[in-house]
Amino acid sequence: MKIATSVALCALATLALAPSAHHTAGGTVTGKVTFTGTPPKMKPIDMAKEPSCAKAHTIPVMNESVVTGAGNSLGNVVVYISAGAPAGAPPATAATFDQKNCQYLPHVLAMEAGQKLEIKNDDQTSHNIHPLAKVNAEWNKSQPPGSPPIEATYDKPEFIPVKCNVHPWMHGYFAVLNTSHSKVTGDDGEYSLSGLPPGKYTVTAWHERFGTQSQEVTITGTETAKLDFVLKATEY
Amino acid sequence: MGKLFAAAVTVIALVSAGIFLSRVWWLPPDFTTLGKDIDGQLVETMIFTGVLFVAAQLALATFVWQSTSRTAAIRVFPGGPMPLVATASVIVGLEILSLVFVGTKVWSKIFLAPAEANALHIDVQAGQFAFYFRYPGPDGKFGVPHPDKIDEGNSNFFGLDPQNDTAARDDIVSASLVVPVDQPVLLTMHSKDVGHSLYIPQLRLQQDFVPGLVIPVHFTATGVTKTEIVCTQLCGLGHYNMKAYLEVLSRQDYDKWLAAQAGQ
Repeated sequence: MKIATSVALCALATLALAPSAHHTAGGTVTGKVTFTGTPPKMKPIDMAKEPSCAKAHTIPVMNESVVTGAGNSLGNVVVYISAGAPAGAPPATAATFDQKNCQYLPHVLAMEAGQKLEIKNDDQTSHNIHPLAKVNAEWNKSQPPGSPPIEATYDKPEFIPVKCNVHPWMHGYFAVLNTSHSKVTGDDGEYSLSGLPPGKYTVTAWHERFGTQSQEVTITGTETAKLDFVLKATEY
Repeated sequence: MGKLFAAAVTVIALVSAGIFLSRVWWLPPDFTTLGKDIDGQLVETMIFTGVLFVAAQLALATFVWQSTSRTAAIRVFPGGPMPLVATASVIVGLEILSLVFVGTKVWSKIFLAPAEANALHIDVQAGQFAFYFRYPGPDGKFGVPHPDKIDEGNSNFFGLDPQNDTAARDDIVSASLVVPVDQPVLLTMHSKDVGHSLYIPQLRLQQDFVPGLVIPVHFTATGVTKTEIVCTQLCGLGHYNMKAYLEVLSRQDYDKWLAAQAGQ
Protein backbone atom coordinates (compact mmCIF):
# COMPACT_ATOMS: atom_id res chain seq x y z
CA MET A 1 0.00 0.00 0.00
CA LYS A 2 2.77 2.34 1.08
CA ILE A 3 4.80 1.54 -2.02
CA ALA A 4 1.77 2.06 -4.25
CA THR A 5 1.10 5.48 -2.72
CA SER A 6 4.68 6.65 -3.14
CA VAL A 7 4.76 5.44 -6.74
CA ALA A 8 1.54 7.35 -7.41
CA LEU A 9 2.92 10.46 -5.71
CA CYS A 10 6.13 10.19 -7.70
CA ALA A 11 4.18 9.92 -10.92
CA LEU A 12 2.06 12.93 -9.98
CA ALA A 13 5.12 14.95 -9.08
CA THR A 14 6.76 14.07 -12.38
CA LEU A 15 3.67 15.07 -14.29
CA ALA A 16 3.43 18.36 -12.45
CA LEU A 17 7.12 19.16 -12.98
CA ALA A 18 7.30 18.21 -16.62
CA PRO A 19 6.92 21.43 -18.64
CA SER A 20 5.55 19.60 -21.64
CA ALA A 21 2.79 17.11 -21.13
CA HIS A 22 3.72 15.39 -24.35
CA HIS A 23 7.13 14.21 -23.26
CA THR A 24 7.85 11.78 -20.48
CA ALA A 25 10.35 12.52 -17.75
CA GLY A 26 14.02 12.81 -18.62
CA GLY A 27 16.72 15.38 -19.06
CA THR A 28 16.17 18.93 -20.17
CA VAL A 29 18.17 21.27 -22.35
CA THR A 30 17.54 24.90 -21.70
CA GLY A 31 19.15 28.16 -22.67
CA LYS A 32 18.86 31.45 -24.40
CA VAL A 33 19.37 32.63 -27.95
CA THR A 34 21.07 35.97 -28.38
CA PHE A 35 22.76 37.80 -31.24
CA THR A 36 25.92 39.78 -31.82
CA GLY A 37 26.31 42.54 -34.35
CA THR A 38 23.72 44.99 -35.62
CA PRO A 39 20.31 43.62 -36.52
CA PRO A 40 18.36 45.24 -39.36
CA LYS A 41 15.83 47.89 -38.49
CA MET A 42 12.34 46.45 -38.81
CA LYS A 43 9.81 48.60 -40.61
CA PRO A 44 6.16 49.10 -39.76
CA ILE A 45 3.69 47.43 -42.11
CA ASP A 46 1.18 49.62 -43.93
CA MET A 47 -2.07 47.68 -44.26
CA ALA A 48 -4.04 50.59 -45.74
CA LYS A 49 -5.23 48.52 -48.67
CA GLU A 50 -7.06 46.17 -46.30
CA PRO A 51 -9.07 48.55 -44.09
CA SER A 52 -10.56 45.78 -41.90
CA CYS A 53 -7.02 44.79 -40.87
CA ALA A 54 -5.61 48.31 -40.70
CA LYS A 55 -8.38 49.28 -38.28
CA ALA A 56 -7.58 46.35 -35.99
CA HIS A 57 -4.09 47.64 -35.25
CA THR A 58 -3.86 50.76 -33.17
CA ILE A 59 -0.08 50.52 -32.99
CA PRO A 60 1.57 49.82 -36.35
CA VAL A 61 2.59 46.20 -36.78
CA MET A 62 6.29 45.71 -37.31
CA ASN A 63 7.84 43.23 -39.69
CA GLU A 64 8.51 40.12 -37.61
CA SER A 65 11.47 38.61 -39.37
CA VAL A 66 13.81 39.94 -36.67
CA VAL A 67 12.30 40.18 -33.18
CA THR A 68 14.66 41.14 -30.38
CA GLY A 69 14.38 41.68 -26.66
CA ALA A 70 16.39 42.98 -23.74
CA GLY A 71 20.03 41.87 -23.58
CA ASN A 72 20.22 41.11 -27.32
CA SER A 73 17.83 38.20 -26.98
CA LEU A 74 16.44 36.90 -30.24
CA GLY A 75 12.89 35.75 -30.90
CA ASN A 76 11.40 33.58 -33.65
CA VAL A 77 14.33 31.16 -33.45
CA VAL A 78 13.48 27.49 -33.80
CA VAL A 79 15.56 25.47 -31.34
CA TYR A 80 15.22 21.74 -31.89
CA ILE A 81 16.91 18.37 -31.52
CA SER A 82 18.35 17.79 -34.98
CA ALA A 83 20.08 14.48 -34.20
CA GLY A 84 19.70 11.81 -31.53
CA ALA A 85 16.04 12.48 -30.80
CA PRO A 86 14.08 9.46 -29.66
CA ALA A 87 11.80 8.17 -32.39
CA GLY A 88 8.07 8.27 -31.86
CA ALA A 89 4.80 8.97 -33.54
CA PRO A 90 4.14 12.66 -34.27
CA PRO A 91 1.92 14.47 -31.75
CA ALA A 92 -1.78 13.75 -32.17
CA THR A 93 -2.71 17.40 -31.68
CA ALA A 94 -2.66 19.60 -34.76
CA ALA A 95 -0.25 22.49 -35.14
CA THR A 96 -2.37 25.63 -35.59
CA PHE A 97 -1.53 28.52 -37.85
CA ASP A 98 -3.87 31.46 -37.65
CA GLN A 99 -4.44 34.35 -40.03
CA LYS A 100 -5.64 37.21 -37.91
CA ASN A 101 -5.70 40.91 -38.69
CA CYS A 102 -3.61 40.16 -41.78
CA GLN A 103 -0.80 38.65 -39.76
CA TYR A 104 0.39 35.10 -39.33
CA LEU A 105 0.12 33.85 -35.76
CA PRO A 106 2.65 32.58 -34.99
CA HIS A 107 5.20 34.01 -37.39
CA VAL A 108 7.17 30.76 -37.20
CA LEU A 109 5.30 27.51 -36.57
CA ALA A 110 7.26 24.40 -35.62
CA MET A 111 5.73 20.99 -36.26
CA GLU A 112 6.84 17.44 -36.65
CA ALA A 113 6.83 15.78 -40.06
CA GLY A 114 3.54 13.90 -40.35
CA GLN A 115 1.80 16.05 -37.75
CA LYS A 116 -1.51 17.53 -38.76
CA LEU A 117 -1.46 21.23 -39.63
CA GLU A 118 -4.55 23.39 -39.31
CA ILE A 119 -4.74 26.81 -40.95
CA LYS A 120 -7.47 29.18 -39.82
CA ASN A 121 -8.73 32.44 -41.26
CA ASP A 122 -10.06 34.74 -38.54
CA ASP A 123 -10.28 37.77 -40.83
CA GLN A 124 -13.13 39.40 -42.69
CA THR A 125 -11.11 39.19 -45.87
CA SER A 126 -9.95 36.37 -48.11
CA HIS A 127 -6.44 35.06 -47.77
CA ASN A 128 -4.52 32.87 -50.14
CA ILE A 129 -2.04 30.84 -48.19
CA HIS A 130 0.98 29.80 -50.19
CA PRO A 131 3.70 27.76 -48.48
CA LEU A 132 6.70 27.79 -50.84
CA ALA A 133 7.75 24.20 -50.23
CA LYS A 134 10.64 22.77 -52.25
CA VAL A 135 11.14 19.32 -50.71
CA ASN A 136 7.48 18.72 -49.92
CA ALA A 137 4.71 19.36 -52.44
CA GLU A 138 3.94 23.03 -53.05
CA TRP A 139 0.34 24.27 -53.04
CA ASN A 140 -1.63 27.44 -52.52
CA LYS A 141 -5.20 27.67 -51.35
CA SER A 142 -7.75 30.44 -51.11
CA GLN A 143 -9.52 30.82 -47.82
CA PRO A 144 -12.49 33.22 -47.85
CA PRO A 145 -13.78 34.61 -44.54
CA GLY A 146 -15.69 32.08 -42.51
CA SER A 147 -14.27 29.04 -44.28
CA PRO A 148 -13.39 25.97 -42.23
CA PRO A 149 -9.70 25.47 -41.36
CA ILE A 150 -7.48 24.14 -44.14
CA GLU A 151 -5.88 20.86 -43.12
CA ALA A 152 -2.52 19.76 -44.42
CA THR A 153 0.40 17.53 -43.52
CA TYR A 154 4.06 17.77 -44.47
CA ASP A 155 5.93 14.47 -44.56
CA LYS A 156 9.51 15.61 -44.99
CA PRO A 157 11.52 17.96 -42.77
CA GLU A 158 11.89 21.39 -44.35
CA PHE A 159 11.85 25.08 -43.47
CA ILE A 160 9.05 26.41 -45.65
CA PRO A 161 8.54 30.13 -46.25
CA VAL A 162 4.83 30.96 -46.23
CA LYS A 163 3.25 33.89 -47.97
CA CYS A 164 -0.21 35.23 -48.70
CA ASN A 165 -0.83 35.77 -52.38
CA VAL A 166 -3.26 38.58 -51.65
CA HIS A 167 -1.40 40.52 -48.95
CA PRO A 168 2.28 40.85 -49.86
CA TRP A 169 3.37 41.79 -46.34
CA MET A 170 2.08 38.54 -44.83
CA HIS A 171 5.02 36.26 -44.37
CA GLY A 172 5.91 33.41 -42.05
CA TYR A 173 7.59 30.03 -41.81
CA PHE A 174 6.63 26.43 -41.27
CA ALA A 175 9.48 24.58 -39.55
CA VAL A 176 8.78 20.94 -40.37
CA LEU A 177 11.14 18.94 -38.17
CA ASN A 178 12.05 15.32 -37.59
CA THR A 179 11.25 15.75 -33.94
CA SER A 180 8.60 17.04 -31.62
CA HIS A 181 11.37 18.34 -29.33
CA SER A 182 11.36 21.91 -30.52
CA LYS A 183 10.61 25.38 -29.30
CA VAL A 184 10.22 28.72 -31.05
CA THR A 185 11.70 31.44 -28.89
CA GLY A 186 9.77 34.51 -27.82
CA ASP A 187 11.46 37.89 -27.68
CA ASP A 188 13.18 36.81 -24.44
CA GLY A 189 15.15 34.29 -26.54
CA GLU A 190 14.59 31.50 -24.04
CA TYR A 191 13.87 27.89 -24.81
CA SER A 192 13.58 24.61 -22.98
CA LEU A 193 13.47 21.11 -24.45
CA SER A 194 12.42 18.55 -21.91
CA GLY A 195 11.73 14.85 -21.68
CA LEU A 196 15.02 13.78 -23.23
CA PRO A 197 16.11 10.22 -22.34
CA PRO A 198 19.85 9.73 -21.65
CA GLY A 199 21.90 10.06 -24.81
CA LYS A 200 23.91 12.34 -27.04
CA TYR A 201 21.99 15.06 -28.86
CA THR A 202 22.63 17.72 -31.43
CA VAL A 203 20.66 20.85 -30.70
CA THR A 204 20.19 23.30 -33.56
CA ALA A 205 18.99 26.87 -33.54
CA TRP A 206 17.54 28.22 -36.80
CA HIS A 207 16.70 31.79 -37.65
CA GLU A 208 15.20 32.91 -40.96
CA ARG A 209 17.81 35.62 -41.49
CA PHE A 210 20.75 34.78 -39.29
CA GLY A 211 21.15 31.12 -40.26
CA THR A 212 21.66 28.03 -38.15
CA GLN A 213 23.98 26.96 -35.38
CA SER A 214 24.36 23.52 -33.81
CA GLN A 215 25.84 22.28 -30.55
CA GLU A 216 26.13 18.87 -28.96
CA VAL A 217 24.97 17.90 -25.52
CA THR A 218 24.96 14.68 -23.53
CA ILE A 219 22.15 13.85 -21.14
CA THR A 220 22.88 11.17 -18.54
CA GLY A 221 19.78 11.29 -16.35
CA THR A 222 17.19 13.86 -15.40
CA GLU A 223 19.57 16.80 -15.22
CA THR A 224 19.09 20.16 -16.92
CA ALA A 225 21.85 21.05 -19.34
CA LYS A 226 22.42 24.67 -20.27
CA LEU A 227 23.10 25.50 -23.88
CA ASP A 228 23.12 29.07 -25.16
CA PHE A 229 23.26 30.13 -28.79
CA VAL A 230 24.75 33.31 -30.15
CA LEU A 231 23.78 34.07 -33.74
CA LYS A 232 25.52 36.64 -35.86
CA ALA A 233 23.19 39.43 -36.91
CA THR A 234 23.67 41.23 -40.20
CA GLU A 235 22.19 44.66 -40.79
CA TYR A 236 21.33 44.10 -44.45
CA MET B 1 -45.37 45.89 -85.23
CA GLY B 2 -43.06 48.08 -87.27
CA LYS B 3 -44.55 51.22 -85.76
CA LEU B 4 -44.08 49.81 -82.25
CA PHE B 5 -40.42 49.12 -83.06
CA ALA B 6 -39.98 52.65 -84.40
CA ALA B 7 -41.52 54.08 -81.25
CA ALA B 8 -39.31 51.89 -79.02
CA VAL B 9 -36.16 52.96 -80.87
CA THR B 10 -37.13 56.62 -80.49
CA VAL B 11 -37.83 56.27 -76.78
CA ILE B 12 -34.59 54.36 -76.10
CA ALA B 13 -32.52 56.91 -78.04
CA LEU B 14 -34.08 59.91 -76.31
CA VAL B 15 -33.92 58.40 -72.79
CA SER B 16 -30.24 57.44 -73.31
CA ALA B 17 -29.44 60.96 -74.46
CA GLY B 18 -31.43 62.38 -71.54
CA ILE B 19 -29.41 60.37 -69.00
CA PHE B 20 -26.21 61.93 -70.34
CA LEU B 21 -27.68 65.41 -70.65
CA SER B 22 -28.92 65.40 -67.06
CA ARG B 23 -25.57 63.93 -65.88
CA VAL B 24 -27.14 61.14 -63.86
CA TRP B 25 -23.95 59.11 -63.91
CA TRP B 26 -21.01 61.43 -64.11
CA LEU B 27 -17.38 61.41 -63.06
CA PRO B 28 -16.45 62.41 -59.49
CA PRO B 29 -15.15 65.98 -59.09
CA ASP B 30 -11.62 66.29 -60.38
CA PHE B 31 -8.58 67.26 -58.32
CA THR B 32 -6.10 67.89 -61.07
CA THR B 33 -4.86 70.74 -63.21
CA LEU B 34 -5.71 68.77 -66.33
CA GLY B 35 -9.21 67.95 -65.09
CA LYS B 36 -10.92 70.76 -67.02
CA ASP B 37 -9.20 69.85 -70.28
CA ILE B 38 -9.92 66.14 -69.94
CA ASP B 39 -13.54 66.65 -68.94
CA GLY B 40 -13.92 69.20 -71.75
CA GLN B 41 -12.60 66.66 -74.18
CA LEU B 42 -14.98 64.03 -72.80
CA VAL B 43 -17.93 66.39 -73.20
CA GLU B 44 -16.90 67.26 -76.78
CA THR B 45 -16.66 63.59 -77.67
CA MET B 46 -19.96 62.96 -75.97
CA ILE B 47 -21.71 65.74 -77.93
CA PHE B 48 -20.11 64.67 -81.20
CA THR B 49 -21.04 61.01 -80.83
CA GLY B 50 -24.30 61.79 -79.05
CA VAL B 51 -25.68 63.95 -81.88
CA LEU B 52 -24.76 61.28 -84.41
CA PHE B 53 -26.24 58.55 -82.23
CA VAL B 54 -29.57 60.33 -81.76
CA ALA B 55 -29.73 61.37 -85.42
CA ALA B 56 -29.02 57.82 -86.60
CA GLN B 57 -31.60 56.27 -84.27
CA LEU B 58 -34.27 58.81 -85.23
CA ALA B 59 -33.53 58.26 -88.93
CA LEU B 60 -33.87 54.52 -88.39
CA ALA B 61 -37.17 55.00 -86.58
CA THR B 62 -38.48 57.33 -89.33
CA PHE B 63 -37.66 54.89 -92.12
CA VAL B 64 -39.18 51.97 -90.25
CA TRP B 65 -42.35 54.02 -89.56
CA GLN B 66 -42.65 55.04 -93.22
CA SER B 67 -42.00 51.57 -94.57
CA THR B 68 -44.92 50.14 -92.58
CA SER B 69 -47.42 52.73 -93.83
CA ARG B 70 -47.07 51.89 -97.50
CA THR B 71 -45.48 49.32 -99.77
CA ALA B 72 -42.44 51.39 -100.57
CA ALA B 73 -40.01 50.37 -103.27
CA ILE B 74 -36.46 49.93 -102.00
CA ARG B 75 -34.53 52.81 -103.43
CA VAL B 76 -30.93 52.44 -104.55
CA PHE B 77 -28.04 54.74 -103.64
CA PRO B 78 -27.06 56.75 -106.74
CA GLY B 79 -24.41 54.77 -108.62
CA GLY B 80 -24.90 51.45 -106.74
CA PRO B 81 -23.10 49.79 -103.82
CA MET B 82 -19.53 50.96 -104.59
CA PRO B 83 -20.25 54.71 -104.23
CA LEU B 84 -22.34 53.85 -101.13
CA VAL B 85 -19.40 52.12 -99.39
CA ALA B 86 -16.98 54.84 -100.50
CA THR B 87 -19.23 57.65 -99.25
CA ALA B 88 -19.82 55.90 -95.91
CA SER B 89 -16.06 55.29 -95.46
CA VAL B 90 -15.25 58.94 -96.16
CA ILE B 91 -17.91 60.19 -93.74
CA VAL B 92 -16.91 57.80 -90.93
CA GLY B 93 -13.21 58.46 -91.62
CA LEU B 94 -13.73 62.22 -91.37
CA GLU B 95 -15.65 61.75 -88.15
CA ILE B 96 -12.89 59.67 -86.53
CA LEU B 97 -10.11 61.91 -87.83
CA SER B 98 -11.76 65.01 -86.45
CA LEU B 99 -12.17 63.31 -83.06
CA VAL B 100 -8.48 62.40 -83.09
CA PHE B 101 -7.40 65.95 -84.03
CA VAL B 102 -9.57 67.53 -81.37
CA GLY B 103 -8.48 65.02 -78.74
CA THR B 104 -4.75 65.10 -79.46
CA LYS B 105 -4.30 68.44 -77.78
CA VAL B 106 -5.26 67.13 -74.34
CA TRP B 107 -3.66 63.74 -74.88
CA SER B 108 -0.32 65.34 -75.74
CA LYS B 109 -0.44 67.45 -72.57
CA ILE B 110 -0.55 64.21 -70.58
CA PHE B 111 1.61 61.83 -72.55
CA LEU B 112 3.87 63.88 -74.83
CA ALA B 113 4.77 66.87 -72.66
CA PRO B 114 7.49 66.08 -70.13
CA ALA B 115 6.85 66.55 -66.44
CA GLU B 116 7.73 69.94 -64.95
CA ALA B 117 11.37 70.32 -63.99
CA ASN B 118 10.53 70.65 -60.29
CA ALA B 119 8.28 67.56 -60.31
CA LEU B 120 8.41 65.27 -57.30
CA HIS B 121 9.60 61.92 -58.60
CA ILE B 122 7.88 58.84 -57.16
CA ASP B 123 8.62 55.32 -58.33
CA VAL B 124 5.54 53.07 -58.52
CA GLN B 125 5.63 49.32 -58.55
CA ALA B 126 2.60 47.15 -59.19
CA GLY B 127 2.66 43.51 -58.21
CA GLN B 128 0.13 40.85 -57.39
CA PHE B 129 -1.82 42.29 -55.53
CA ALA B 130 -0.65 45.64 -54.22
CA PHE B 131 0.89 48.92 -55.26
CA TYR B 132 4.03 50.23 -53.61
CA PHE B 133 5.35 53.78 -53.91
CA ARG B 134 9.00 54.69 -53.46
CA TYR B 135 10.40 58.10 -52.57
CA PRO B 136 14.14 58.83 -52.96
CA GLY B 137 14.64 59.79 -49.30
CA PRO B 138 16.82 62.59 -47.91
CA ASP B 139 19.66 62.00 -50.42
CA GLY B 140 17.30 62.65 -53.35
CA LYS B 141 18.55 59.54 -55.13
CA PHE B 142 16.80 56.26 -55.82
CA GLY B 143 18.60 53.02 -55.13
CA VAL B 144 18.84 50.66 -58.07
CA PRO B 145 16.17 47.94 -57.97
CA HIS B 146 17.25 44.32 -58.48
CA PRO B 147 14.29 42.04 -59.25
CA ASP B 148 16.20 39.03 -57.88
CA LYS B 149 16.49 40.73 -54.49
CA ILE B 150 12.75 41.30 -54.08
CA ASP B 151 11.90 39.87 -50.67
CA GLU B 152 8.42 40.81 -49.56
CA GLY B 153 8.71 38.97 -46.26
CA ASN B 154 11.46 41.37 -45.29
CA SER B 155 9.59 44.39 -46.68
CA ASN B 156 12.03 44.66 -49.59
CA PHE B 157 9.29 45.15 -52.16
CA PHE B 158 11.51 46.86 -54.75
CA GLY B 159 14.51 44.52 -54.52
CA LEU B 160 16.90 47.11 -53.15
CA ASP B 161 20.44 46.25 -52.13
CA PRO B 162 21.17 48.48 -49.13
CA GLN B 163 24.27 46.45 -48.29
CA ASN B 164 26.13 47.57 -51.41
CA ASP B 165 24.01 50.47 -52.67
CA THR B 166 24.19 53.48 -50.34
CA ALA B 167 21.55 55.39 -52.32
CA ALA B 168 19.05 52.62 -51.52
CA ARG B 169 19.45 52.86 -47.75
CA ASP B 170 17.24 55.90 -47.23
CA ASP B 171 14.64 55.13 -49.89
CA ILE B 172 11.16 55.44 -48.44
CA VAL B 173 8.63 52.80 -49.46
CA SER B 174 4.96 53.44 -48.78
CA ALA B 175 1.80 51.49 -49.51
CA SER B 176 -0.06 54.78 -50.07
CA LEU B 177 0.63 57.45 -52.66
CA VAL B 178 1.09 60.59 -50.62
CA VAL B 179 1.71 63.88 -52.45
CA PRO B 180 1.64 67.56 -51.56
CA VAL B 181 -1.12 69.72 -53.03
CA ASP B 182 -0.29 71.89 -56.08
CA GLN B 183 3.00 70.06 -56.57
CA PRO B 184 3.79 68.56 -59.97
CA VAL B 185 4.37 64.84 -59.53
CA LEU B 186 6.13 62.44 -61.87
CA LEU B 187 5.36 58.74 -61.50
CA THR B 188 7.59 56.14 -63.09
CA MET B 189 5.48 53.04 -63.31
CA HIS B 190 6.73 49.50 -63.57
CA SER B 191 5.35 46.06 -62.88
CA LYS B 192 6.94 43.27 -60.87
CA ASP B 193 4.98 40.51 -62.56
CA VAL B 194 2.01 40.86 -64.92
CA GLY B 195 0.02 43.70 -66.47
CA HIS B 196 -1.76 46.02 -64.05
CA SER B 197 -3.39 49.42 -64.34
CA LEU B 198 -3.30 52.50 -62.16
CA TYR B 199 -6.69 54.20 -62.08
CA ILE B 200 -7.35 57.33 -60.07
CA PRO B 201 -10.72 58.71 -61.23
CA GLN B 202 -10.35 61.99 -59.32
CA LEU B 203 -7.07 62.65 -61.13
CA ARG B 204 -8.59 61.51 -64.44
CA LEU B 205 -5.55 59.26 -64.62
CA GLN B 206 -5.58 55.74 -65.95
CA GLN B 207 -2.41 54.10 -67.18
CA ASP B 208 -1.50 50.48 -67.70
CA PHE B 209 1.61 48.89 -66.24
CA VAL B 210 3.37 46.84 -68.89
CA PRO B 211 5.87 44.27 -67.63
CA GLY B 212 9.36 45.24 -68.79
CA LEU B 213 8.56 48.91 -69.42
CA VAL B 214 9.03 51.95 -67.23
CA ILE B 215 6.14 54.26 -68.06
CA PRO B 216 6.20 57.91 -66.95
CA VAL B 217 3.02 59.83 -66.15
CA HIS B 218 2.64 63.16 -64.43
CA PHE B 219 -0.07 65.15 -62.69
CA THR B 220 -0.60 68.01 -60.30
CA ALA B 221 -3.25 67.51 -57.63
CA THR B 222 -5.16 70.69 -56.85
CA GLY B 223 -7.04 69.86 -53.67
CA VAL B 224 -6.49 68.14 -50.35
CA THR B 225 -8.25 64.81 -50.65
CA LYS B 226 -8.05 61.11 -49.99
CA THR B 227 -9.22 58.78 -52.69
CA GLU B 228 -8.90 55.24 -53.87
CA ILE B 229 -6.41 53.95 -56.41
CA VAL B 230 -7.58 50.75 -58.07
CA CYS B 231 -6.10 48.26 -60.46
CA THR B 232 -8.23 48.18 -63.60
CA GLN B 233 -6.45 45.43 -65.48
CA LEU B 234 -7.50 41.89 -64.53
CA CYS B 235 -4.25 40.64 -63.01
CA GLY B 236 -5.19 37.39 -61.27
CA LEU B 237 -6.91 35.90 -58.28
CA GLY B 238 -6.55 38.88 -55.95
CA HIS B 239 -7.30 41.56 -58.55
CA TYR B 240 -10.49 42.56 -56.75
CA ASN B 241 -8.39 43.39 -53.73
CA MET B 242 -5.62 45.33 -55.47
CA LYS B 243 -5.98 48.88 -54.39
CA ALA B 244 -4.23 51.67 -52.54
CA TYR B 245 -4.97 55.20 -51.44
CA LEU B 246 -3.95 58.55 -52.82
CA GLU B 247 -3.56 61.17 -50.13
CA VAL B 248 -3.12 64.75 -51.20
CA LEU B 249 -1.83 66.70 -48.21
CA SER B 250 -0.98 70.31 -47.53
CA ARG B 251 2.72 71.06 -47.86
CA GLN B 252 3.21 71.09 -44.06
CA ASP B 253 1.36 67.80 -43.55
CA TYR B 254 3.29 66.23 -46.38
CA ASP B 255 6.62 67.32 -44.92
CA LYS B 256 5.56 65.93 -41.56
CA TRP B 257 4.53 62.64 -43.14
CA LEU B 258 7.78 62.38 -45.09
CA ALA B 259 9.88 63.09 -41.99
CA ALA B 260 7.99 60.40 -40.07
CA GLN B 261 8.55 57.91 -42.89
CA ALA B 262 12.25 58.73 -43.10
CA GLY B 263 12.60 58.10 -39.37
CA GLN B 264 11.24 54.57 -39.60
